[in-house]
Amino acid sequence: MSLIFDKSVENRKNIIFPKCDVEINLPDSPKRVKAAKLPEVSEIDISRHYTYLSKRVHGVNSGFYPLGSCTMKYNPKISEQLASLEGFTKIHPLQPKETTIGCEEVIERLKNYLCKITGMDEMSLQPAAGAHGELTGMLLIKAYHMHRGDDNRKEIIVPDSAHGTNPASAVMAGFDIINIKSNENGMIDIDDLKENIGEKTAGLMLTNPNTLGIFDTNILEITNLVHEAGGLCYYDGANLNAIMGRARPGDMGFDVTHLNLHKTFSTPHGGGGPGSGPCGCKTFLKDYLPDTSNEKSIGRVIGYYGNFLVIVKALTYIITIGTEGIKNASENAVLNANYMKAKLDNILPTAYKGMCMHEFVVSLEKLKNNTGVTALDFSKALLDYNIHPPTMYFPMTVHEALMIEPTETESKETLDEAIDIIKEIYNTALDDSDAIKNSPISTPVGRLDEVYAARKAVLRHEFEA
Amino acid sequence: MNYPKDLLYSKSHEWIKYEDKIVIIGITDYAQDSLGDIVFINLPEDGDEVEKGEAFSDVESVKAVSDVISPVTGTICEVNEELLDSPEKINENPYDAWLIKAKEVIDHEDFMNAEEYEVFLKKQ
Amino acid sequence: MGTFIPNTNKQRDEMLGDIGLNGMDDLFRDLPSRCIYNDMLDIPKGLSEIEVVESITKISKKNKVFDKILRGAGSYNHYIPTTVPSIASKEEFLTAYTPYQGEISQGILQSIFEYQTMICEITGMQYSNASVYDGATAAAEAINMCVDKKHDNVLIAETVDKRIIDTIYTYNLGKNININIIPMKDGELDKNALKDMIGDDSACLLIQQPNYYGILEDVDNIESVVHNAGVKLIMSCYPTSLGLLKTPGEYGADIAVGDGQPLGLDVAYGGPYLGFMATKKSMFRKLPGRIVGQTVDCNDNKGYVLTLQAREQHIRREKAGSNICSNQAHCALKIAIYLSTLGKEGFKEVAIQCASKAAYLQNELSKIGLNLVYKKSYFNEFVVKCKNRDDILKRLEENNILGGLPLDNDKILWCVTELIKKEDMDKVVNIVKEVNDELDI
Repeated sequence: MSLIFDKSVENRKNIIFPKCDVEINLPDSPKRVKAAKLPEVSEIDISRHYTYLSKRVHGVNSGFYPLGSCTMKYNPKISEQLASLEGFTKIHPLQPKETTIGCEEVIERLKNYLCKITGMDEMSLQPAAGAHGELTGMLLIKAYHMHRGDDNRKEIIVPDSAHGTNPASAVMAGFDIINIKSNENGMIDIDDLKENIGEKTAGLMLTNPNTLGIFDTNILEITNLVHEAGGLCYYDGANLNAIMGRARPGDMGFDVTHLNLHKTFSTPHGGGGPGSGPCGCKTFLKDYLPDTSNEKSIGRVIGYYGNFLVIVKALTYIITIGTEGIKNASENAVLNANYMKAKLDNILPTAYKGMCMHEFVVSLEKLKNNTGVTALDFSKALLDYNIHPPTMYFPMTVHEALMIEPTETESKETLDEAIDIIKEIYNTALDDSDAIKNSPISTPVGRLDEVYAARKAVLRHEFEA
Repeated sequence: MNYPKDLLYSKSHEWIKYEDKIVIIGITDYAQDSLGDIVFINLPEDGDEVEKGEAFSDVESVKAVSDVISPVTGTICEVNEELLDSPEKINENPYDAWLIKAKEVIDHEDFMNAEEYEVFLKKQ
Repeated sequence: MGTFIPNTNKQRDEMLGDIGLNGMDDLFRDLPSRCIYNDMLDIPKGLSEIEVVESITKISKKNKVFDKILRGAGSYNHYIPTTVPSIASKEEFLTAYTPYQGEISQGILQSIFEYQTMICEITGMQYSNASVYDGATAAAEAINMCVDKKHDNVLIAETVDKRIIDTIYTYNLGKNININIIPMKDGELDKNALKDMIGDDSACLLIQQPNYYGILEDVDNIESVVHNAGVKLIMSCYPTSLGLLKTPGEYGADIAVGDGQPLGLDVAYGGPYLGFMATKKSMFRKLPGRIVGQTVDCNDNKGYVLTLQAREQHIRREKAGSNICSNQAHCALKIAIYLSTLGKEGFKEVAIQCASKAAYLQNELSKIGLNLVYKKSYFNEFVVKCKNRDDILKRLEENNILGGLPLDNDKILWCVTELIKKEDMDKVVNIVKEVNDELDI
């Protein structure tokens, strides 16, 4: 597996630029002494290098990708095509306003639709990712209390099942974290909440359905308790795919929310970005949104207007599926998850009872105790069947957790095939646990030594002197 | 698991050794085993203050980070910098791989001896 | 109308039957009725593919695409080689998630490892992360790396792009950090003011190179003032300029950040861009975000994996240094392809052409009375003062040319890239002359 640098041959080049048509005239300023050791590779070798790399990547187009909490739904080709129109890609962000009416229309329309979907009144599309949207939301809450002159509100309440970005974002905004417990049904322990709410509460961060894929039926009581104590309620929109078109965070008592366009709204994950994490709020908070023309605003959270081309893709998706499609998407996502859950129930019981929403969490603790096969081992075995594993070891409240989210864009045949494969792996685990523990065997590399990576910290190629 | 008899132990799994007025602190065999393969340790600096019950360091494994709690209140006079490059020494020999030495120790937690610590561990 | 749901009604009924439910609404029977939104959302009905293409294309046509762009100020219209969109559009690269399952993501991991190496090479620094959202947030994160309990005073040059400074203020809204702006003098950082304002509690100085006005700062002197005071130096760089200019590594900067947009990303109305972050060896464990490291698998084969994750939010939660949990992976891929295609020589060449062409335009403009406001060395952006500024810009736009950015008091910040030909610049000069002649009569 050679690096592109290994394919370098001195003086090889691709002719991109014509000869300079003016006299060479360089600034009178210190120049670099050591040239950058960039590759010198011809186009054919660049092309082959990346083709080789692409064959060692599993994308949504490669096979089933039931990665819980990530909503790996199909990325429509139409979005890619329209986001590459010159009328979008070649627009400089600082062009005169009258020449960017189309871009502003894209932004306004998406804001409008996202507000309608979430029951919020205003939206900022600046945040570039979910965590970025969370930070923005936390800063809105901070600004709100600061403006009220209430300096005592330093605490944000977060359930123990929350995604790590929740407390991290709140701390970045200068808050302290109060963790509250989940009850035996996987929902928020109301008594624990009541004990921890008070004058210091700035707000609560919640996702609903929660990270177990369960809709917290006490949600109205929860948001009411927080409001009564003088706090605000923040909705983490990571799981919106379960309820969009059927329920809105704005109706559940949430004041601020963020969305993940790269999850719920089908924009491609790109191997880890770019995504987009719009942040929305009710009217009483709108003056705080990132918008440099308003003096109460928290200020910008990014250089320009947000990940514009990602915004184009999300808008394309929404106008394609339309109002009826929004609801169709969520209900089919929930159907697919419940179908898989029901079919797997006898071998992989869900961590909590009852109907799940768009994802469900199973525990492999029993299998581990009987055979030594862990959630990690099970996941690695799936790799040999060309299935991307579910999310492992999250939420932390379940031991040996696997979080499965099929999404609505998978067909029944794909689900049935995956169910059969999971059963096969399970049975193999009972008969021949070593086979599972030795997997994967058919992937380009086997299990990777993460300890070695962290200790040695080789983070770049080193060139020979 | 091994717990040398000439050392003292804290509830947060540090071992303590007195050399005259200097206190030497490390983490126990139980602690290093729970953490798994240690990949990095964040150490304070010579001259920093430590306070009993407060974290003075943290230890990273691949999947987790754990605080190391100071069992004493005092001033750091030496830091085991070798561990910055070779954190695995903590796994290999936790009682050799001391983390810090402290002087002017004015307060400390209630310590256990080796026997008491083993009993305490059984209850974990 | 358009749908990406393959299951037919018949299949859905079968599935409902298998679960023991009667209809789709049964899936939601546990939801409290007060939470249910009973209307259809006030969003238009769905469309067929042809209608969607028509609709969005129509919107795109409401924007004006300029033939020639002479405006920079943080977003640069450079040539993007054909390899970049072609290779980056491979579905695997586009549709994969973050490479947490290393065994099936070696392609992505290796491409990020190569990107990290290239960023180190162009900046002259030792370690790079896998990228953050953009140049502005990269600067904010870099400042966060330098601040600690004893050093909570942050110094920022006034000559840094205001967008970056604003972002830093926002990121520090929650914190007890003092931000002090070092004033500018004649287009560059006022070094005397810096000496006055630097102190024992200073965490870092952030400068931009070239600065917002295109001027090349006197980094050698700045660096010695900063490091003599025990303070860290963060340089926000225009990466294209590094094909030519002394690098942050060579200057001894502690952290190099910047926006990677000029390296193969469309101007695209501001995003997606990419923030790069690279450091000296001593600071790499403080780098936020994802990092790819080299390792071996169980059969001793070389491989790559996301590493040092114990710094990150999903493990540290409230103790994480930053909440960031994504990188701009697909943008980083494009940048790696761009830098590979240009190669060692091309990367130098593009910088040489930008500088030379900018010098040409600046000279020609000065011959007709548009003089430099700051008479200092610049890379490919410069500020001139000009009467009839707005009329000039308007006339240029009518000729499909986006002129420089209007600043206060009749100033224009021009930018020239390798895409601007000599004849384009001659045309610009003629248009300026024409407008001035018309208006002076």
